[in-house]
Amino acid sequence: MSANEITPLLEARNIVKIFGTLRANDDVTLKCMPGEIHAFLGENGAGKSTLVKMIYGALQPTSGQFFWNGRGVVIASPSVARQLGIGMVFQHFSLFEALTVAENIALAMPGSFDLGALSARISKVSASYGLPIAPDAVVADLSVGERQRIEIIRCLLQEPKLLIMDEPTSVLTPQEADQLFAVLKRLASEGCSVLYISHRLEEVKDLCDSATILRHGKVVACVNPKKETAASLARLMVGGDVHAVKPAKAGTVGKERLLLKNLSLAADGQFAVALKNISLAVRAGEVVAIAGVAGNGQGEFFDAISGERPVETGMVEIDGVAMGRAGINARRKVGAAFVPEERLGHGAVPEFPLSQNVLLSRHAADDRLVKKGLVQKDGARETAERVIKAFDVRKGKPDPEARALSGGNLQKFVVGRELDRTPAVLVINQPTWGVDAGAAAAIRQAILDLAAQGSAVLVISQDLDEIFEVATRIAVISRGELSEARPAAAWSREAIGLMMAGAHEQKHDSRKEKRHAAGA
Amino acid sequence: MRLVLEKRPEASAAMAIASPLIALALTVVTGGIIFALRGNNPVDAIYVYFIEPWVALWSVEQIIVKAAPLVLIGAGLSVCYLANVWNIGAEGQFTMGAVLGGAIPVLFPEWQSPLTLITMLALGIIGGMAWGAIPALLRNRFNANEILTSLMLVYVAQLFLDWLVRGPWRDPMGFNFPKSITFSNWQLLPYLTSGIHLGVIFAIIAAVALALLLGRTMKGFEIRVAGQSPRAARFAGFSQKWTVLFCFLLSGGLAGLAGVSEIASVVGQLQPQISPGYGFAAIIVAFLGRLNPIGVILAGVLLALSYIGGEAAQISLGVSEKIARVFQGVLLFYILACDTLILYRIRWQQRLPSAQGA
Repeated sequence: MSANEITPLLEARNIVKIFGTLRANDDVTLKCMPGEIHAFLGENGAGKSTLVKMIYGALQPTSGQFFWNGRGVVIASPSVARQLGIGMVFQHFSLFEALTVAENIALAMPGSFDLGALSARISKVSASYGLPIAPDAVVADLSVGERQRIEIIRCLLQEPKLLIMDEPTSVLTPQEADQLFAVLKRLASEGCSVLYISHRLEEVKDLCDSATILRHGKVVACVNPKKETAASLARLMVGGDVHAVKPAKAGTVGKERLLLKNLSLAADGQFAVALKNISLAVRAGEVVAIAGVAGNGQGEFFDAISGERPVETGMVEIDGVAMGRAGINARRKVGAAFVPEERLGHGAVPEFPLSQNVLLSRHAADDRLVKKGLVQKDGARETAERVIKAFDVRKGKPDPEARALSGGNLQKFVVGRELDRTPAVLVINQPTWGVDAGAAAAIRQAILDLAAQGSAVLVISQDLDEIFEVATRIAVISRGELSEARPAAAWSREAIGLMMAGAHEQKHDSRKEKRHAAGA
Repeated sequence: MRLVLEKRPEASAAMAIASPLIALALTVVTGGIIFALRGNNPVDAIYVYFIEPWVALWSVEQIIVKAAPLVLIGAGLSVCYLANVWNIGAEGQFTMGAVLGGAIPVLFPEWQSPLTLITMLALGIIGGMAWGAIPALLRNRFNANEILTSLMLVYVAQLFLDWLVRGPWRDPMGFNFPKSITFSNWQLLPYLTSGIHLGVIFAIIAAVALALLLGRTMKGFEIRVAGQSPRAARFAGFSQKWTVLFCFLLSGGLAGLAGVSEIASVVGQLQPQISPGYGFAAIIVAFLGRLNPIGVILAGVLLALSYIGGEAAQISLGVSEKIARVFQGVLLFYILACDTLILYRIRWQQRLPSAQGA
């Protein structure tokens, strides 16, 4: 069908959005036809979220206009967007954990508050779209996939004509993603358009009818993804070939450098996850990857290994030394290094320049940085410069504040700061979360190179592509329990997906039943 | 058109210095308006308040002597506030420093040796530290909000001093006035000039030492990390509880030193009122000085001027002595408002089209 004959449901024409000196959107034009699933592709920071926020009324364009069914509109606020028939499922859910599903949805609905009638409508929509959810379930008890269903149902109850999905699969298991795709295809067949934001190319090829690709705020192409390859889409997104990561050489695995024995940790609050009897050995020369959906104990696992939360003494051994009770600096002194998930505010102090952020994790284990309690500013500056050079950290001025760097560049710095020590053991949580493809490839390569030098590397990641790229062995974490670590080649994506959904826990059966009951 | 605040990509270094100057200018203008509303000539009033105190040497000495406790306390509070530890009770720590240091001349009036003064000063520091340790321990042990506990302890300390000088420590020869005996010789700080005592030197040494602590040492780094992001401080292996205790001990000790220095010089005895609110004014000093101990020296002089200028205005213009408090309050208000400009800039923005296309 030709786009010229049918009026697009939504058209963005020559949209420009300027933040300070940054042109986040530069003359962006996008057409979304009725009943199509339209992919909106681009790297992190390409300007996808900016445009989507303007479509949803949360931001206003500097210039340019939107057309809805051919009529010029100003989408002054999200409520205007909802009146037009635009629904949006955000990447980060805004749900109250202590409330039930129905109560959460009621909060977002206009008009009077009849929980009974609403619950009935939720059950009806949930059954008809195959989105099983119990209206009276408390959100805290639900998996991320189930929480996403709440957000989708919340949108569907308002009978949208356009549904915006912001990177919906980044938090899902492969099986949950397949279920989501079935729902989106069904919606499209009923005439609801979907604007699908992602940087996962395979799923875009699978799902979408057309794709607009954004790079540095500009539209670089509008293509039919089914006729493209993942590589050609990636080239359009990145603007050049992405260097493939060179796989690690096999058969160089040595002694155990990081050993976890029955590691357990009580939950730190109502909605935190307890760790249950985790045992794992990471040997010299290998990368062990921990797969899992966010919020299954990865943060607690990292804190226990790093020493931010001490455990029993024998539970963590680094190079043969029992370190379970030791603090993070004692563990660093025996050769361990840690990269937390959150760059700003955990791995780095946003307001401090890079040279001072070097001190943050290196002050105890490096006597060139601190002498007799005095900070050696020259040493810190030299170290920062070495890291910046080795990892090609792009920055505006010589020693910028951490918050002034882009996500990818700051991540390169935070990872590089630890690798600069050539640690015996590296524990890294979500190494390339929210990082552009070029930086991600550089970080993954550095991880493999470190292991090849005889270090033991533990990677915690939600990204299966990344895991298969770097891992020698893979284990899956689910609700604080860790599966056995098996060689990467022994795993299929489906097998990991089942494990992520909790196949190795006993609780799983009862949960399944609950879902079916809700769907009935 | 409307005014919008727009976040800057990085904190503005120029604005960090300009902000207190803008605040000062706005305070002077506001002060002029207040005087004008009272019927005073605003230019004359501003001259009396801000300029005249600098004309005579004795009055300059007055400013410096009044600045000393403000700088001592303000420098310690700067370290606290940088670490996100909110010690509001310096006035109480000041008072307890004076009480403990003052115990020596009151209980051993005959003891006269250089050791007397040294013991007094040491006890003053200990008294302030002990009083500061209470809110720190309450926060570390019970997660009690230190803003409330430290503030409430101010009143406990003041009433304790009040009871002492009306009861057991009252001078038996003092015609029933609620005052202790007057101190003499080695119970008093030596004077460097006719008006300036040793406390001024303490203040300068403390400010310079704390500037070095913050700028050069690992401890200073630890304090700043704790203040900026507690999660990162944990990642760096710094103990938050120890930081809280350290900050309270440091600022409490300095406030205690200021307290004992004050009764061993200007006041010369224990009495119910030993401070015109130095502990609270020092909060303004800390912020006006950009939480930088060297900046605190300048800010301390300015706040001291507000007291001396207030006295001058009381005499020549007949305004209430409370005018000093008004100026201090207005100044703090403007500093906090102007500090917004460090992280944000003001811009005119085109009004959004109000038509809705739906």
